[in-house]
This record gives sequence, structure tokens and C-alpha cells, in this order.
Amino acid sequence: MLRLHYNLEKVSMGLVAAIMVAASIGGIVEIAPLFTIDETVTLPDDLRPHTPLELAGREIYVREGCYACHSQMVRSLADELDRYGPYSLAAESAYDHPMLWGSKRTGPDLARLGEKYSDAWHVAHLRDPRAVVPASIMPAYPWLGRPLDTRLLEAQLATLARLGVPYDDAMIANAEADALAQSRPASDGAAAVVARYGERIAMRAFDGDAERLTEMDAVVAYLQSLGTLTNAPYQIIGGGEQ
Amino acid sequence: MVGTLTRSERRIGIVLSVSLGLLGLGMAAGARHGVMAVHGMMALGLGLALIFHIGGALYDEPEPAPGRSGRYYDAPTRFGIGMTLLWAIVGMAAGVWVAALLYWPEATPPWPWTSFGRLRPVHTTGVIFGFGGNALIATSFHVLQRTSRARLADALSPWVVLIGYNLFCAWAVTGYLMGSTQSKEYAEAEWYADLWLVVVWSVYFTLYIRTLARRNEPHIYVANWYYLAFILVVAMLHVVNNLALPVSLGAADSFTIWSGVQDAMIQWWYGHNAVAFFLTAGFLGMLYYFLPVRSGRPIWSYRLSIVSFWGIVFFYIWVGSHHLHYTALPYWAQTLGMTFSVMLLVPSWASAGNAIATLNGAWHKVRDDATLRFMFVAAVFYGLSTFEGSFLAIRPVNSLSHYTDWTVGHVHAGTLGWVAMIVFGAIYTLVPQLAGRETMAWPRAIEWHFWSAVGGTLVYVIAMWNAGITQGLMWRTYDESGALSYSFIESVRTMAPYYLLRTLGGAMFLGGAVICALNCRATMRAAGGREDAADHPLSLHPAE
Repeated sequence: MLRLHYNLEKVSMGLVAAIMVAASIGGIVEIAPLFTIDETVTLPDDLRPHTPLELAGREIYVREGCYACHSQMVRSLADELDRYGPYSLAAESAYDHPMLWGSKRTGPDLARLGEKYSDAWHVAHLRDPRAVVPASIMPAYPWLGRPLDTRLLEAQLATLARLGVPYDDAMIANAEADALAQSRPASDGAAAVVARYGERIAMRAFDGDAERLTEMDAVVAYLQSLGTLTNAPYQIIGGGEQ
Repeated sequence: MVGTLTRSERRIGIVLSVSLGLLGLGMAAGARHGVMAVHGMMALGLGLALIFHIGGALYDEPEPAPGRSGRYYDAPTRFGIGMTLLWAIVGMAAGVWVAALLYWPEATPPWPWTSFGRLRPVHTTGVIFGFGGNALIATSFHVLQRTSRARLADALSPWVVLIGYNLFCAWAVTGYLMGSTQSKEYAEAEWYADLWLVVVWSVYFTLYIRTLARRNEPHIYVANWYYLAFILVVAMLHVVNNLALPVSLGAADSFTIWSGVQDAMIQWWYGHNAVAFFLTAGFLGMLYYFLPVRSGRPIWSYRLSIVSFWGIVFFYIWVGSHHLHYTALPYWAQTLGMTFSVMLLVPSWASAGNAIATLNGAWHKVRDDATLRFMFVAAVFYGLSTFEGSFLAIRPVNSLSHYTDWTVGHVHAGTLGWVAMIVFGAIYTLVPQLAGRETMAWPRAIEWHFWSAVGGTLVYVIAMWNAGITQGLMWRTYDESGALSYSFIESVRTMAPYYLLRTLGGAMFLGGAVICALNCRATMRAAGGREDAADHPLSLHPAE
């Protein structure tokens, strides 16, 4: 062996090839089977993708780096089930590009956050966390009151559709209108949003003002959707409806 | 820079700068507004600055003396060390500031670009890629030439690598401030920056291989194996993890092609091997060269270095899934990750042991020479943090430590105690040599730096160990009635003193880095004419 290495050290491209082989095996063994994930993970029938407004909120969640302090992955440990709710299923993030499981809980896990608090609580909390939770160390996000830029939404849905997220042509074409309509339940487009994304989506003026579509609308819509994209975890683990 | 290039190289340099400027113009024109337009303007500005810089000296500055092939090419290393120190201060200052914000959240200014979530990747990218990456590239050029007894294969590509790489870092960091991120940890930069890095990295690899091909030593020295593993595997990880579909060619936004479980596995395959091949392999290359040089002792065991090298290259790739214990990742993948993490202790401790045993017979130097002491402490912390890493990867331990500040403490034991210490040891060895001097300008300041670095690291790591274990225990404690004892916010409140201590530890470490930067500046300004008669490439020596 030593002799072999003695000679290998003299051939730079031999060393390059050996490094590539040695460093590839582990990755191939662990990652390649996950390409069959479609067969091993059953997607629940009621799993839906994010609405355009929720997706816009998710992009803001990413933009502000929320994932650095909040996980979205309840582990299968007793205390986590008691604290947060049913543990996270693989299927729940099947449409997430990228996943936002996170790696650190400076703040609590958010996987089961949806509909746990009121919209007004979220709005007050995001504007000034210490107004609602005095001991909080979360930064304030006063700029979320600015208008939501929806221009990229159509292209974003189209891109995700190409990656396998089930957005159909009508969803893509109406992305901007649907984002607006979801925050204006009394408007004409509201029925179409429900028709496209299902009865279970929240249709509200999330920031409390139906006149303006703000980033706050998007973020709160996204936070209220966490854990509600499918009822499967509650049926499997929680024993019924949430 | 320009003085070391011939006229024709300067002309090619101008052509490359014009291309960079045009690329920037194209990006700015294509995007019209937003982050990508700003980044296009940055590239355009850099291209123009380089055109003026090279063009202004095109015919004025004398060409390098004809015998330049008989000397090593150290100008890129000098520039790289400068960038290393600049990024050290930027990245560590960002780290100290975000650490302070966790203790004092009200200090967050009301502007989006200074928010915690945007500054945190500025810290991680700044220290890992800015500080660590520049140190690796700069020292690799030095080590490659000395151990091959050959000059770098050409004079332009090292500049392409260094300037291109720093443009990548600058794009990444300014992008986060403007809210542009792919959210993949330690790979937050957007698609066009990732593509740019692929180009830069290809030039780097080509330069490395071409220089190795010109070597005048039959054997490739062990430090170069590690640098090669660093270059190759980081390329593989970077490409696979960053595969993404841009929303449009004129926008910075993109979506990774991976989703859900698969994305998590690939993210942590990348994430942990960024630790392995960026923060370990490359720096072990540094250790294997600078430790023997500084201590005047040969590496203790050649065989052990072979075993530990291949052990590290083969085992590390498997361990990423230990970041995903008890999650929705398949159980068998978690178990493989845990198993290989434990096995990894063998090659890791073989490396650390080999380094420490090398110092046998030179302990009096460790006592007297702060530079060598930096390297010794680095080897000790390397052994400590690899043990801790294997320990934390064990499933039941991980159930307590994961998501807590224990992980943060572990990472900083590795990055402050091991990575930064070995970099400072290498810098204090290199800079006097680059300045043509016997010693640094302020030898006493190395001692101050050493003690503030060691003290800062210990304060930081001990604070985070306590914080993490406390958090983990509070989250899982039940009272007699079977209810959880503590609300989440109670665990947050308990963290306050630890977060304050951590900020102080970080500030001490940053203070040391500032002293180092000032000391290096003073040393370079007081450059002497000292030359090491033996420090030249072999075959092309003018005397031959």
C-alpha cells in the first residue's frame, strides 16, 4: 500500500482522480436513493402548493433571513410534539424549493405556527416584537408595511412549475391577481382563488387594511399557512382534525 | 502588481479587464434595476479601475527583470494576505455586532439592510469565504511554489483567481444586505455569483495543476494533497448544491432545483463538507507546511499523514446527514451519517496527533515563539473540536444539542480555535518573509494577539457550551404533572448572560485580529532587502 502511494504521489492527475473517487462514494450512496423519493414518499391527496401571496411571503421570509433563527422541522421527540405539535413529515416540504428546515432555534420552531395566533398578533409582533412579547430578542421589521412588489410572481410560479410544483397555467397567468384577491376576500377575484387553491386557504386582509397590499400581508399569509398545506400530520400523529 | 507583469501580460490584463467591465455592463443593462444591476455596476467599476490601473502603467513602469523565472512569484500572495486581513476585520466585526444584537435587540437600526437576518450571512460569508478563502488561496500559492521548487505557471491567472474570488465575496455580501439570498446556509450567494465562482475556480485548478506539472521534486508534498482536495471537492459541492433555475436572466432570484428532503440532504452534504474541505482540508495543507517550517522539524510520520489524508477525504463526505437526526430524512441515512462521524475521529486525531508529535524536540520554541504557539493551539483545538463533532453526531447527544447554541459553540471552537489560529500562525511566518525581514515589525504584538485570541476563543466557547446545554435541557424538562416546565421565552431569557459573554469573547478575538492587521501593515511598510539564498525555484536558477 505504501509503495502504491509512493508512486501515486508522483502523478498529479492520478492524485486528482483518486481524490474525486474517494470523495464521491459517500455522497452517491446517501443522495442517489433520494432520487426515488417520488416512490418512497407518498404525497397526501390534500397537499397544496403555496398560493402566490404566501409564496411572496416566503420569499420575504428568506430575504430577511428568518430561517437563521427559526426552524421549520419538528423532530420526532416527545417534548417537541408537546411543545409544537405533530412531527414534520417529508411530504410537507415536497414542494419547497428550497426547504426551510433551519438549523438553529434562537426563536421557536415555526412548522406548526399556522392559525395559532391572530393576524393582528403577527402584525404587532413583526412591527415591534417586544410590544407583545416583552422578553423577545427578535429584531423589529417596521419596513414590512411597504407595498408588495408582485411583478415577479408570475415568473416565479412558472419557474417552480418547471421544477415540478403543481401550478397549472391558470395559476401562473393569474398569479398577480390572485395575490391581490387573497387579501381582499370581498373582491371579484376571490372566488377564483378559492377555486384554484382550495377551501382551506385563508382569505383575509392579513395586515388589517384591505385597501393596500403590503409585504406584511404576504408575510402574515405565509406564516398562517405554515403546517396547514396538508392535514396529514394531524391525521397520522395528532389523531384527527387540527 | 503591474510591475511584476511584462508588457504583453499587461495588454492581456487590459483585455480581461475590458471583458469584466462588459460583463458588468451586460448584467446591469439586462437587469435594469435591483440587486443584479447593482452587482453589474460593481463589476463594471472594478473592470474600469483595473483598466486605468494597468493602462496607466502600461508603458511607464519598467518591465520585470529578465531573470524573474528564477524567483518565486509572491506578489499575489502579498495581495491575498492583505485581503485576508481586510475580510477578517469585516467578517468578525459583523459577527461581534450580530452577537451584540442578540443581547441588545433594540440596537437594531430601523433600516432593512442592517437587520440581524441580513447581517448574519455577511458574518458567515465574510469569515469563511472572505477571511478563510483568501488565506487558503494566498498560502496555497506560496506553498505550491516552495514544495514544487517551481514558479507559478503564469503571472496573470493568480490575479484572475484572487480578484475574481474577491468579487464573488463582495457580490455575495452586498447581495445579502440588499435582501438577495438563496437561503442555503453557507451558500447564500445567488446563481450568477455561483456561476462566476465556477469560472474563477476552474482557473485556480488549472493554475495549480500546471504549476504542479512544472515541479522539480518527484513527489507531491502532503500539503498539496490537502490543497488539491480542497479545490476539487469544494468545486463538486458548490456545483451540485447550487444547481438552480433563475426566475429570469435579468433577475437575481432563483429557485434551487432540489426540494424538501432531497434539498435538506444535499444542503447538509454541502454544509458539512464545506466544513470538511473548506475549513479543514485546506487548513491542514497550511498546517502541514507552516508547522514544520516554523518549528524546524520534519512531519513526525509520513505514513500517518497518508492514512489521515485518505481517511478524511473518504469519511467526511458521508457525515452531513448527522445534521438531520430525528427529522423527515430517512432513518438509514441518519444512521450512516452518525456512524461515519464517529469513525472520522480516527483520521482527525491522526492529523492532530501527527502535528503535535512534530513539535517533539521543539517545545522550547513553542514556549518562546508566539507564532509557533498559534499553530500548536490550532492543532489542539482541531483535536478538541473534531472530538466534539463526533460526539455531537451521536443520535441521543444530538437530540439535546441540535438547534441550540452548543452547535454554535462547537463551530466556533473549530473556526476560532483551529482555522483562524492556523491562519494567524501562517501569516506571522509569511509576512516577514514577504517583506524581506527577519521578524514582524512589532514582535511583542504577536504575544498580545495570541493571548487575546486564546482568551476570546475560550470565553466564547465556554459561554456557548453553557448556553446550549441549558437551552437543550430547558426545552425537554417536564414537571411532576407531565407538562413541559419551561416556555420557550424562558429559555430565551436565560440566554442573556451567555450572549453577553459571547459578545465579549468575540470582541477580544476581533481585537487580536485588528492588532494582527496593523502589525502586518507596519511590517510591509518597513520592508527590508533580506533574501533567503535558498528560496528560489530549482531548474531555472539564473546561475545554471
